[in-house]
Amino acid sequence: MSDSHGAYYVPQSSHWPIVSSIALFCLFGGTAMWLNDYAAYPYVLGLAVALVLYFMFGWFGEVIRESETGKYNHQVDVSFRWSMGWFIFSEVMFFAAFFGALFYARMYAGPWLGGEGKGFATNEFLWPEFAYTWPMLSFPEGSFYSAPSGIIGAWGLPAINTLILLTSGATITFAHWALVKNKRSPLVWWLAATVALGVLFIFLQGEEYIHAYQDLGLTLNSGIYGATFFLLTGFHGFHVSMGALMIFIIMLRAIRGHFTPENHFAFEAVAWYWHFVDVVWLFLFIFVYWL
Amino acid sequence: MSEAAIHHDDHHEHHPGFIQRWFFGTNHKDIGTLYLLFSLVMFFIGGAMAMVIRLELFQPGLQFVDPQFFNSMTTMHALVMIFGVVMPAAVGFANWMIPMMIGAPDMALPRLNNWSFWILPFAFTLLLVTLFLPGGGPAGGWTMYPPLMLQTGDAFPFVIFAVHFLGFSSVMGAINIIATVFNMRAPGMTFMKLPLFVWAWIITAFLLIASIPVLAGAVTMLLTDKYFGTSFFDAAGGGDPVMFQHIFWFFGHPEVYILILPAFGIVSQVIPTFSRKPLFGYESMVYATAAIAFMSFFVWAHHMFTVGMPLAGELFFMYATMSIAVPTGVKIFNWLATMWRGSLTFETPMLFAVAFVLLFSIGGFSGLMLGITPADFQYHDTYFVVAHFHYVLVTGAVFALFAGAYYWLPKWTGHMYNETLGKWHFWLSTISVNVLFFPQHFLGLAGMPRRIPDYAVQFTEWNMVSSIGGFVFGLSQLLFVVVVIQCIRGGAKATNQVWEGAHGLEWTLPSPPPAHTFTTPPKVTDSVAHS
Ligand code: HEM
Ligand SMILES: [Cu+2]
Repeated sequence: MSDSHGAYYVPQSSHWPIVSSIALFCLFGGTAMWLNDYAAYPYVLGLAVALVLYFMFGWFGEVIRESETGKYNHQVDVSFRWSMGWFIFSEVMFFAAFFGALFYARMYAGPWLGGEGKGFATNEFLWPEFAYTWPMLSFPEGSFYSAPSGIIGAWGLPAINTLILLTSGATITFAHWALVKNKRSPLVWWLAATVALGVLFIFLQGEEYIHAYQDLGLTLNSGIYGATFFLLTGFHGFHVSMGALMIFIIMLRAIRGHFTPENHFAFEAVAWYWHFVDVVWLFLFIFVYWL
Repeated sequence: MSEAAIHHDDHHEHHPGFIQRWFFGTNHKDIGTLYLLFSLVMFFIGGAMAMVIRLELFQPGLQFVDPQFFNSMTTMHALVMIFGVVMPAAVGFANWMIPMMIGAPDMALPRLNNWSFWILPFAFTLLLVTLFLPGGGPAGGWTMYPPLMLQTGDAFPFVIFAVHFLGFSSVMGAINIIATVFNMRAPGMTFMKLPLFVWAWIITAFLLIASIPVLAGAVTMLLTDKYFGTSFFDAAGGGDPVMFQHIFWFFGHPEVYILILPAFGIVSQVIPTFSRKPLFGYESMVYATAAIAFMSFFVWAHHMFTVGMPLAGELFFMYATMSIAVPTGVKIFNWLATMWRGSLTFETPMLFAVAFVLLFSIGGFSGLMLGITPADFQYHDTYFVVAHFHYVLVTGAVFALFAGAYYWLPKWTGHMYNETLGKWHFWLSTISVNVLFFPQHFLGLAGMPRRIPDYAVQFTEWNMVSSIGGFVFGLSQLLFVVVVIQCIRGGAKATNQVWEGAHGLEWTLPSPPPAHTFTTPPKVTDSVAHS
């Protein structure tokens, strides 16, 4: 089924792209049906999950086989590097939209609602009672949104989570060093440690959410503070989960003897991704929890 | 790479079955063809919506459709034309031409390439199916401003996810193009030898990667505002509807350059060929394109002058917008200077390219008028804006796509297209498009608002003129389909070089090129490098 033209590996044909398009189509369509309360949504979503699993295992499996059978030369490797790098950049821009919303709300929208600035009459005419503070614990129209009794401070769980993620950045680097020196057993153990730290992070983040929802009344519905808090930390948490899953797969591959000291781009790609997730967290810690 | 690792599986290599080739394929030329055909089909779907709009606007009063449906037509027309026609067509050209222009065997990531394509039909199914849902299609405008957009019926989540899905395809396509150009150039094909079309596309790819994810973020916030109780865009919860506009236009203005830069690239290939002169000011062209792209991230709020911004913001965005005209002017100057004292001939691609330079400039000038903050207070949300963006998008982007299609059709099919029909297509389109859009300047200046199915009677005459132009323009496009079908099926044989004045690697290949070209990289000498 596959063929290399000249030196550069060009797979002959593959049904995975179209399968994955159908899978995502069902996923998006099914979720939209669910949001609209259409009765058939569980079937569509069920099909979507099955198809997503099928194409993930199938497509990644194929790529791993090709990699392990030496089909990828140096140039292919470089293509992967360019792609992964710019993919991560696109993710940076996705987070930038939410950070943009946070900064805009804190620097402009909030103060204007509170009556600051010339010519912004919203405060005077609509909500003269409203005074702007950040974190915003009461809202211009209090009855529309549920005010929290408090917020998550930076120096509890979030600080611990910062330590955890920073440590995991170190453990994955140790894993890389081990791989480059061809020390297989430390490689696997450092990877395992990284996965464990990732899982721990997610667990603590879950605890924090439960605390926020149950004890503080801080929810998605808690005005702009709750909205930015949960979407920023939520998307970050999702990325950590994906990253931990990918590192787990890399670990399984390492156990199976994949990767050589010279040739291990899959490992590096996941490590880059992990560091990216780490850096996003630092920004979250500073701008969402701390300042 | 050792010789042993190169094996040829001849059976699959030369005779892939229909499904293998068109559904599971990895060949950049086939995928390019798919993109272009898809774009052509969508052009007629979006066009049919435009016909509905012009039909309703032929006279004042409500004649054919109800206002809700009218508004869903304007919304869908824009989404289809932007995401379904101009962007896919540009990617189609990129797929076909970039590997051949830089001497690469294929795109860097061939499977991902096919994925980027196959997302499109599915994403547009999600989008178009909304027309048949309770509550009808989205009718809040392609800019999706809250709170209006949040009143959409069942269509809402489908539209949001269609946008996510399309964005996914665009970002993967852009990544693929960057990897291809940076990593797959033939030895000797240095950056400053790249054809301008390739340059235009790398810069476009960076714009896509930087801006599309921001759109994804914006529509995600819309989604959570509607279904999960967040208040990003609701002042009652401390958010701000204007914030959506900032985030949207941070994407939106770069997006208009995503639409036009590949068009600039095509025109920069066509004009030198038919002027039989190298492009004037190659380097300044590259730098101007890069400058336009960079600056496009700092002008977004010129779409929001009337929304209530601090004075400093109004001024900053006005001056920033004005200054984009400088690199744009450099490009126009260079195209004109390329033609200056050239030995010009006017085959159809050149006709479209020359019309592009002229008519795009009209759109640029009306853009400058709109960019003047105090003036925009009058023009904003009138038909003047509609005239502006149709001059840059139809006589700009779409005309350049036609120029490129006529220019490269002989290379792709191996046949010359029917020049007489091509010229008819050109003249009918060019005359009718001006009848269609020029009067809209007058309507706008006189105060006719956009996105309205009915209007005051004093606007009647120019609306009638505009609608007649619209119908003629719509019908003229059928000629293009005839030309394309004829050209695929037969016609005079095209030579390798096709056009007397054409230079570059792609013209050294046979017409049509075999499925796999440059499997071993060519040697790039100065004489075959850019035109
Ligand atoms: C010299 C360059 C340009 C300038 C100074 C300019 C300026 C502007 C301004 C100020 C507006 C907002 C008008 C209003 O809503 O009141 C506008 C709208 C628009 N422009 Fe341009 N423009 C330029 C080039 C382009 C190009 C190259 C394209 C696309 C290829 C484009 C597409 C659009 C579109 C689609 C809109 C309307 C968006 C909407 O509200 O739906 N413009 N332009
Ligand atoms: Cu703009």
